[in-house]
Amino acid sequence: MHPAFSVLFLTTLIGAGQGLFLALFSVEAYAELGLVPAPGSDFFAIGSLLSLGLLGLGLFASFFHLGRPERAWRTATKWRTSWLSREVIVLPAFMGMVFLYGLAHWLQFNPPLGVLPGDNFVLLTVLLGILGTLLAFALFVSTAMIYAAVKFLQEWHSPLTVVNYTLLGAASGFTLATALAAWAETGLVPFLAGWAIILTLLGLVGRVTSLIRNARIQPKSTLQTAIGIKHPAIQQKSQGFMGGSFNTREFFHHRSPAFLRAVKWLFLISAFAIPTALLALAMVMTVDPTNVLIAAFVIQYLGLLAERWFFFAQANHPQNLYYQSVS
Amino acid sequence: MTQLALVIDLNVCVGCQACVTSCKEWNTSGEAGPLVDMNPYGADPTGTFFNRVQTFEVGEFPNTETVHFPKSCLHCEEPPCVPVCPTGASYKRKEDGIVLVDYDKCIGCKYCSWACPYGVREVDAQRRVMTKCTLCVDRIYDQDLPEWDRKPACVRACPTNARLYGDIHDPNSVVSQAIRENGGYQLMPEWGTKPANHYLPRRKTRITVREDELERADNPLKIDSQLPKPGRDEPSLDDVTSW
Ligand code: SF4
Ligand code: SF4
Repeated sequence: MHPAFSVLFLTTLIGAGQGLFLALFSVEAYAELGLVPAPGSDFFAIGSLLSLGLLGLGLFASFFHLGRPERAWRTATKWRTSWLSREVIVLPAFMGMVFLYGLAHWLQFNPPLGVLPGDNFVLLTVLLGILGTLLAFALFVSTAMIYAAVKFLQEWHSPLTVVNYTLLGAASGFTLATALAAWAETGLVPFLAGWAIILTLLGLVGRVTSLIRNARIQPKSTLQTAIGIKHPAIQQKSQGFMGGSFNTREFFHHRSPAFLRAVKWLFLISAFAIPTALLALAMVMTVDPTNVLIAAFVIQYLGLLAERWFFFAQANHPQNLYYQSVS
Repeated sequence: MTQLALVIDLNVCVGCQACVTSCKEWNTSGEAGPLVDMNPYGADPTGTFFNRVQTFEVGEFPNTETVHFPKSCLHCEEPPCVPVCPTGASYKRKEDGIVLVDYDKCIGCKYCSWACPYGVREVDAQRRVMTKCTLCVDRIYDQDLPEWDRKPACVRACPTNARLYGDIHDPNSVVSQAIRENGGYQLMPEWGTKPANHYLPRRKTRITVREDELERADNPLKIDSQLPKPGRDEPSLDDVTSW
């Protein structure tokens, strides 16, 4: 497939935004249980704002993918059958929840909404956080299912797609949260960096598994089934036109296999190896690790952009069987 | 239920591209048009077409055969392109099974084209919406046209009659008969899309003649041929025997 930059930015930016929110709420939940020191409410408010910024940028990028962005509202109508429609509904809902969560923290408006047995209060921010977490996961699933649900793209048509979108988004979000925690001097760096490393390594396992799976894929369709002629030697002599067409642009990356291999190694190093090393370094650093952690996030984000590029480029659409030879 | 469709006979298609130009002409001037042509005389021309005729070579020289292969939307009975559309712009008509795009609803997200394995949907670069074969829905029901002309433009244009049109759910239609009697098949059946359009394979007319049919089986020693040919006036075997 042709990797469109609008979609690369959309999926990586909102992934990081969702991951950041999950990291914020993890901190809040752990702090409620007294497992980590509670940071000030500014930490949550700024974090939510950052998450909202990433989500908004992603949403903005997505409009460049549409031919008719002015009609985008119509996309919310077919949620019964279309994962794309579901994503379009869940994304604003999640953004709204992040906004409310950040607002409640910023205003320090946190009334207990009820009492659970054992004298535990149900706090407003916790309730918003739980709802936000559910929406964050719903968004990961709907975004990934847009790709995983297309059975013709065998490289995508796998539960691994959903797993990887979730893990990679969460990993980059936790890395960003670690940088934020270091900058805000909350003492949460070891906690968040630890989770960021775990998520990054899990993401590596998931991604490598899908690389192995994809390397072994047997294409379901062949030139024989495409034109329905049973003969081992069939060649296309003409695709029916000399110039380009939508079908020759949208479904192929127009790069060499060597370039693809280079991007694969690039993302394996920059999305996984370097960030893990930098996060581990930050955990043991005695001086302020903020800059190291910001570098870790930027490198990981660029790596994930490369990962997404590769994700698209590697997918081979059966329609390409019909467009192999110009004249 | 009706399912209108085309049946394309690869045995007679000569790859003349008449259906391509006729389709383009009809649809670019129709109410839903125009279909863009960009840089038509420039270095990198590109344009929207609903129908393309491709050419394949089957076999290895010298035993090759050239197959011209017209391809347009197959109006699948289980169209995977329809449920993925987030706006409902892509739909399949209940009454006649034609798969259409509502150009006023489409946002040009291209998702449906990913969900079609046949590569027949094309985004119009100028109108920025998804376009595809409509089976000339604006022709086949037009009461102003004479009855015999209410057929898709490509069908009317084909000089070799390689394109048949009709209802494949009616067992007596010309398309159903052609599919049944001439080995009609579907493209990429492995995906379960159930294309409504069918293709008729290349066919060769051959008579199978067995060795013993060339030689008289009851004359293994070729004794007949050793006998002198009877003269023209002499009675033949038929004249003297009566069995
Ligand atoms: S051929 Fe493609 S566009 Fe046409 S109905 Fe089938 S899947 Fe949809
Ligand atoms: S490009 Fe148009 S018809 Fe296709 S899925 Fe998007 S909105 Fe629907």
